[in-house]
Amino acid sequence: MAAETGLVFHPMDQFIVKPLFGDGPVMWYTPTNATLWMLLAVLCVVALFVLGTRGRAVIPTRLQSVAEVFYGFIYKMVEDVTGHDGVKYFPWIMTLFLFIFFSNMLALIPTAFAPTSHIAVTAVLGFGVFIAVTVIGFVKNGASFLGMFWMKEAPLFLRPVIAVIEVISYFVRPVSHSIRLAGNITAGHAVVKVFAAFAGIALIAPVSILAITAIYALEVLVAVIQAYVFTILTCVYLKDALHPAH
Amino acid sequence: MELAAAAALGKYIGAGIAAIGAGIAAVGVGNVAANYLAGALRNPSAAASQTATLFIGLAFAEALGIFAFLVALLLMFAA
Amino acid sequence: MATETLADGMVQGGAAVGSCLGLDGSAIGMPQLCTDWMPNQIFWLLVALIAIYFFLSRIGLPRIGAVLAERQGTITNDLAAAEEMKLQAVAAERAYVEALERARADANKIVAEAKAEIQKDLDVALAKADAEISAKAAVSEARIADIRAGAVDAVTQVAKDTAKELVAALGGSPDARAVTAAVSARLKG
Repeated sequence: MAAETGLVFHPMDQFIVKPLFGDGPVMWYTPTNATLWMLLAVLCVVALFVLGTRGRAVIPTRLQSVAEVFYGFIYKMVEDVTGHDGVKYFPWIMTLFLFIFFSNMLALIPTAFAPTSHIAVTAVLGFGVFIAVTVIGFVKNGASFLGMFWMKEAPLFLRPVIAVIEVISYFVRPVSHSIRLAGNITAGHAVVKVFAAFAGIALIAPVSILAITAIYALEVLVAVIQAYVFTILTCVYLKDALHPAH
Repeated sequence: MELAAAAALGKYIGAGIAAIGAGIAAVGVGNVAANYLAGALRNPSAAASQTATLFIGLAFAEALGIFAFLVALLLMFAA
Repeated sequence: MATETLADGMVQGGAAVGSCLGLDGSAIGMPQLCTDWMPNQIFWLLVALIAIYFFLSRIGLPRIGAVLAERQGTITNDLAAAEEMKLQAVAAERAYVEALERARADANKIVAEAKAEIQKDLDVALAKADAEISAKAAVSEARIADIRAGAVDAVTQVAKDTAKELVAALGGSPDARAVTAAVSARLKG
């Protein structure tokens, strides 16, 4: 339909996974553009947290103080939300946050690939958190973890209904957790691409470019906020597992 | 062929209707932010401790808008 | 509809590119839902996560934790040292103020003593000077008296002699005693 009007809309093509070398089929081990951008995120983490902190300086260098800001921010979040016994899961949460943060930010470079826009990626993250949290909950609390679904405060005849709702909402968590991230990133990138297609018409090109600029600024914000939201929801779920009786 | 044309039409109409959901989610997000701001102005000292709650609330409200957007995308590209 | 035509093209196009790409290289449907690519993404995601976790838990986080702890320790120590130094400074200031007060009192005393001594010397010197001045004045007065006496005698003598000569020149015989008496009377008068 779009092609008939002279405009070329391919907002979804930016999410195509292609092999980096040649154009054979994408096997599970093939280095693809997804591989490249994920590993760039890893490189950013290494640059910040290994090279940046190389000096171990009491008076930090610029890079080290950035790393310390990340550390302090996530550490405080974990401690505030999950309490003191959640701190031992801090490296995992830090890993999640840094991966999502750098993937989101790197994806904003024009022509970049956004790993976190793919359900396959975010579902692994979301369901990984879900499974880990459920296992931790049962290991720490045994069967009393199930008490989380049985509201003691509610009237007795309502409790089974509430329990059903609670169980459903518990199992929806990983779905919303992962789709929220992928959806936000996909939506932002697709919107930028749609506006970019409008820039092909000379008459509305200035408006379209202005709109791209504005949406881009919003996307920078979204990239940070979604990383933050994913992390803090992970902390909240972890808190539920550690202290099921609110 | 007429059936296929009707299906294509229905697909795009459905995507358009689903996109309304994104707008309604925007109302929800605005509601969360507005109430947070109102509360923060009444009691500024408690505001800082509730930013995490604010973002969680925003995330939940926004997730539903994203679901609507996803339905639109699925209709457009995958159905 | 477009999807269907693209799908047809794909079927003719070949299995090399998989079932998610059209002949023109654009995506069929949402690339996010293409199951062909999922194992690849999941595999590399796990690699990336494990790499990040390894670097963070082995190197990055312990390092930053140690640095933060060290900094906290340094700050605590420095604060304690600063507190101590502040106390020392307060004590030093008190000692300084005391010393200053004492020095001022000493100085006042010394000034007073010096003043008294100078006054004494001055008194002595003044007394001596006064004595000398009065002695010299007495001598001078004596001399002035002598001179005055000498002058009166001389005047008397000259007057008597002059009177005798005048009397003799005028042809009288001067009675020395009478002339003297007359001159003395006139001089007194």
